[in-house]
Amino acid sequence: MVELPAFLPALPELFLAVSTMALLMFGVFGSDGTARLVGQIAVVVLLCTGLLVIGHGTERAVTFNGMFVMDGFGAYMKVLVLIGSALSIILAQGYAEREHMNRFELPVLMLFATLGMLLMVSANDLISLYVGLETQSLALYVVAAFRRDHAKSSEAGLKYFVLGALSSGLLLYGASLIYGFGGTTQFDRIAGLIAASPTPPVGVVVGMVFAVAGLAFKISAVPFHMWTPDVYEGAPTPVTAFFAAAPKVAAVALILRLLDGPFGHMVEQWSQVIFALSLASMVLGSFAAIQQTNIKRLMAYSSIANMGFALLGLAAGTEQGTRGVVVYMTIYMVMTIGTFAVILCMKQHGRMVEDIRQLAGLSRSHPLMALGTAIFMFSLAGIPPLAGFFGKLYVFLAVIEAAAKHSELYILAVFGVLSSVVGAFYYLRVVKLIYFDDPIETFDRQSDDSIAAVLVGTGLFTMFFFAFPVPVLNGAAAAAAALFTG
Amino acid sequence: MDIGLGHYLTVAAILFTLGVFGIFLNRRNVIIILMSIELMLLAVNINLVAFSVHLGDLVGQIFAMFILTVAAAEAAIGLAILVVYFRNRGSIAVEDINMMKG
Repeated sequence: MVELPAFLPALPELFLAVSTMALLMFGVFGSDGTARLVGQIAVVVLLCTGLLVIGHGTERAVTFNGMFVMDGFGAYMKVLVLIGSALSIILAQGYAEREHMNRFELPVLMLFATLGMLLMVSANDLISLYVGLETQSLALYVVAAFRRDHAKSSEAGLKYFVLGALSSGLLLYGASLIYGFGGTTQFDRIAGLIAASPTPPVGVVVGMVFAVAGLAFKISAVPFHMWTPDVYEGAPTPVTAFFAAAPKVAAVALILRLLDGPFGHMVEQWSQVIFALSLASMVLGSFAAIQQTNIKRLMAYSSIANMGFALLGLAAGTEQGTRGVVVYMTIYMVMTIGTFAVILCMKQHGRMVEDIRQLAGLSRSHPLMALGTAIFMFSLAGIPPLAGFFGKLYVFLAVIEAAAKHSELYILAVFGVLSSVVGAFYYLRVVKLIYFDDPIETFDRQSDDSIAAVLVGTGLFTMFFFAFPVPVLNGAAAAAAALFTG
Repeated sequence: MDIGLGHYLTVAAILFTLGVFGIFLNRRNVIIILMSIELMLLAVNINLVAFSVHLGDLVGQIFAMFILTVAAAEAAIGLAILVVYFRNRGSIAVEDINMMKG
C-alpha cells in the first residue's frame, strides 16, 4: 500500500482548486447571465480560503514528500495574496460589465492564477516551485489578452507570454544546474548541502543566479523589466491592478523563501546580485517615470522602482531586512490597489481615459476622489505619516543596520533615498495637476459602489496605518522569523 | 571516445543559447519565437536527464516529465494568444508588434 500524504497543510489550496473547477463547471453550464454571480462566488471562495489559511495557524508542516511547506511566512504571504486577488476581482466586476468583456472566465482564471501563487509561496522543492509558477503564469497570459477584440490587449498578452516563457526558461536552466551539482531538488537538503561545504559548488552558484534572473522577470526588476510598461498599458485596467498586486507579492515571497531558505548560507554570493537588481530598479524606475503621460505606464515604472525598494531589504541579508520586505510588500499592495481604483474612476462620456493631464482640476469636480488620489500619491512618494513612509522606513533601517558590517550597503541606501526624491517629483506632479491646474473636462459621476468601497478601504489603511501598525509589524516579524529559524 | 556528462551539458548549453538568441535576434515571425522557447525548454530537459543518469537519481527524469507537460500547455496558450493577435492586426511579423513603445 502506498501511504497517503497528509492533506491538511495544503487544505486551503485543495479547497481553492476544487471550488475553482466547480465554479468553471457552473459557468459553462449555467445560463448566460452568470458572469456576475461567478465573480461574487469567486470573492467568497477567496475569503473562505483565507479563513482556512488563518485556521491552520503558523506552525511549520511539511507534506507531499517534502514538496510543500506551510509555515508562518507562508500563512502571512498567502493572506496577503488572497486579499490582493479578492480586491482585484471586486474591481474587475463593474469594469467588465461596462466594457463588454463580462465573461465568467475572468474570475475563474484569476482564481487559477491565485492558486498558482499560493503554491509558489508554499514551494519547498524546485519541482513544486516550477509547477506553482507556471500555474500562475499560464493563467496570467490569458488574462492579459482577455479583451480579445482589442489590439492593445492581445499585444500585451503576446509580449507577456514571450518574455514570461523566456523567464521560465532561465529559471528552469538554473533549476537543472542546481539539481545536477547539488544532487537534489529539495530545499531542505540543498540548505544542508550548502551549509556542510566550506565553499558552495560553482554549478550551484551559477544555477542560483539563473533562477534569480528568472524570478526577477516576474517581479520586473531592472534589467528584466522591459515587458512591464507595455503589458500594464495594454492589459485591461483591473487586470493591470491584479498584475501589480498579487503576482508581485507571490514572486517576492518566492524569492525570499529561496534565498533565505536553501541559499541562506550563500548570502555573499546572492547579495551582490540583489544589490545590482535593487540599485538598477530604483534608479531606472524613478527616472523613466518622469516622461510618462499615460497613468498606467507611470504605475508600471512606479512598480519597478517599488520592487527596487523591496529588494533593498533583501540585499541586507538579515532577518530585519526580510521583515522590512514583508512590511513593504503589504503596504505596496494596498497602495497599488487603491491607485488602480482611482484609475478605474477616470472615465469621460462613458470611455476610460488614461492620460494624466485629464486629471487636471479634479479637486473641483470630484473632491473626494481627488483626496484619495492625493493620499495614494503622497504615500507612494513616501511622505510621513502615510503608510508608504513606514514601508520605506523599515527597509532602510534594516539596510543601515546591516551596513555596519558590509559598508557597500551605504551606497545602496544613499541611491535609494536619492531615487525616492526623484520619484517624489512625478507623484507630486499628479497632485499638482489635481489641485492647482484648471480643469479641461470633468469625469463622469462614479456610480460603482464596489470601486468606491475599495477606494475608501485602501485609503483609510494608507492614511491611518501609523495609528495601528502593530498587527502588520508583528505579522511581518513572525513571518520573517519563521523563514530564518525554519 | 566516450560520451560523458560534459558532452550532454555542452549540447544543452548550445541549444539553450540558440533558443535565447532566437528570441532576441529574430525579426521576422512570432512562430519562430515560439519554436525558440520550445528549444530552450528541451535543452533544459537534456540537462535534467543527463544529470539524472549521472547521479543515479530519478527526480531529474520526473522533473523532465513535468516540464514536457507544462511546455505543451504553454505552447497551446501561446498559439491561442497568437491567433487572437492575428485576428486583430492581420500580421504576426515581429516588427509589427509595436503599438506600445517600451
